[in-house]
Amino acid sequence: MVRAAVIAAALALPLPAMAAPATTATPPRRVVSVNLCTDQIAMALAAPGQLVSVSHLAREPQSSAMVAEAQHFPINHGRAEEVYLLAPDLVLAGGYGGASVALLHRLGVRVIEVPPPNSLQDARDAIAQVGAALGREPEAAAMLADFDARMAALALPTGGDRPLAATWGANGYSSGGATLAGDVLRAAGFSLLADRLGMQGSGYITLESLVMADPALIVTGTPYPGASRAEEIVTHPALSSLSGRIVHVPDPLWTCPTPQLLDALALLATEARIAAGHPAGDTP
Amino acid sequence: MSRAPLLLSLAALVAVLALASLLIGPAGAGPVASLKALWGGEGPLGIVLREIRAPRAVLAVMLGVSLGLSGAALQGYLRNPLAEPGLIGISAAAALGAVIAIQAGVSTLGLGVPAAGLAGALGGVGLILLLAGRGGSGLGLILGGIAVSALAGALTALVLNLSPNPFAAYDIMFWTMGSLADRSWAHVLTALPLMGLGWAVLLRAGRDLDALSLGEEAAASMGVDLGALRLKIVLGAAAAVGAATAVAGAVGFVGLVVPHLLRGAVGAMPSRLLPAAALGGAALVLTADIAVRLVMPERDLKLGVMMALVGAPVFLHLIWRTQVGK
Repeated sequence: MVRAAVIAAALALPLPAMAAPATTATPPRRVVSVNLCTDQIAMALAAPGQLVSVSHLAREPQSSAMVAEAQHFPINHGRAEEVYLLAPDLVLAGGYGGASVALLHRLGVRVIEVPPPNSLQDARDAIAQVGAALGREPEAAAMLADFDARMAALALPTGGDRPLAATWGANGYSSGGATLAGDVLRAAGFSLLADRLGMQGSGYITLESLVMADPALIVTGTPYPGASRAEEIVTHPALSSLSGRIVHVPDPLWTCPTPQLLDALALLATEARIAAGHPAGDTP
Repeated sequence: MSRAPLLLSLAALVAVLALASLLIGPAGAGPVASLKALWGGEGPLGIVLREIRAPRAVLAVMLGVSLGLSGAALQGYLRNPLAEPGLIGISAAAALGAVIAIQAGVSTLGLGVPAAGLAGALGGVGLILLLAGRGGSGLGLILGGIAVSALAGALTALVLNLSPNPFAAYDIMFWTMGSLADRSWAHVLTALPLMGLGWAVLLRAGRDLDALSLGEEAAASMGVDLGALRLKIVLGAAAAVGAATAVAGAVGFVGLVVPHLLRGAVGAMPSRLLPAAALGGAALVLTADIAVRLVMPERDLKLGVMMALVGAPVFLHLIWRTQVGK
């Protein structure tokens, strides 16, 4: 998928910037992204030379699914001063730009804010939004078509028994229904412990509540380097005494609208089949 | 009250509180079902009782014994009612040792972290003995304690802020206030060897402390080796508090409040106070740990909050009394 976008970008290379057919306005020539998710969408969609900087998070293996690609771009830390000095004609920001984004607005820089995705639909919308902002609608459409093809190939369950699942992180943090991770789990065929407990967004679940719910699947993330007591709860021995399975899904896979999001979905769809009693590989 | 009935009733109190600790938690199961699940119950409730609540109750007892015993022994040795592991900085120094070890990559489930807690505590005790001295003024002890606590607390925060782990900085609350939430049997086994060593050393110092309460010369004339006694108190308190802090964080005021409450019942003899303070400490920590779960079952309210609510008034009362006594 990344490769497809890169090839698409390479094919578009000889065309002058003004020739993008679907846009009326001239596409931006110097784009700076200051948000992890817009970083990754822009790296997948932008024309060569169009993207001049991505945020430092794009190079963090703990957060980013595109660390290798991010090596090709200078990084920024989202501060208004450094971004302004890059002389961008478009800044891509997340929904929580705060003071820096407000300042860039005041300085007359064009800023497009792409809200962080809280569902698979949001993820699609973000890809389309960034594609339009970059004047790269065909590339965005190709990325979305690839998304759809891969989702269709997963033959995701639509109804039936939905085994219980929960994500489980430091201090007992668990993704709620209105989050991208929650939506991916639901799409894979699970019901969410956070939904059952009446949580809207993400929140904290006590270890006892998690054990009592005895979910069919517990999804843990990547521990950070160094150590913390907050993360010790993730490996509490009580969890391995439970009957359900524990799988590890690295956070970068399902934080942002990247092609890797579908890898996370595929992995969890396999788990849903196992939890429902169909071994992996069976057609449900 | 004579000695045996007091110890027996304290032991009974600890047993009742430990049982209550087993029966209270967010899972919200009834007491009968919980007790059935504790013995061989299959399924989630059995796991909650055996793997989450039982180690928590056991660790509360161990923490209380360590802190109560250390407080009573330090007060007997320094002959100062204000000597207490939390107030004079031993707990904070132990936390610093444990934090440095954990951030250096030592596994939290081996003996390394409690040993580092012991090393930190030794540093703290050493500084206090240097600054305040035996039989010195309460003022010197408290000022020394403030200095050691502030330094150790600041260095702990520094180490945790420098960690590459973003959650480490959130742990500052745990290391300065203490908590028993979500500990496991692994933590119990990790802390037990050093704690047990500390308890044994401190309990055996009782007779020498009795002699010391008559004055240094009298004690020496009765054959007490003061140098050996100091070593016992320092090592015993450092081992018990160091290991306790390594798994539960720094919990203050237990060693201050418990001897203060029990001294009336057992009289002035340190050898009598020591076992009573051990059981009393266990009862106090169990009570506080039950209280944090009753007040905020869904949150990890820190033990230190409860202890300070009880301990600070006692502390102020003691200060006031020492001032009046002058």
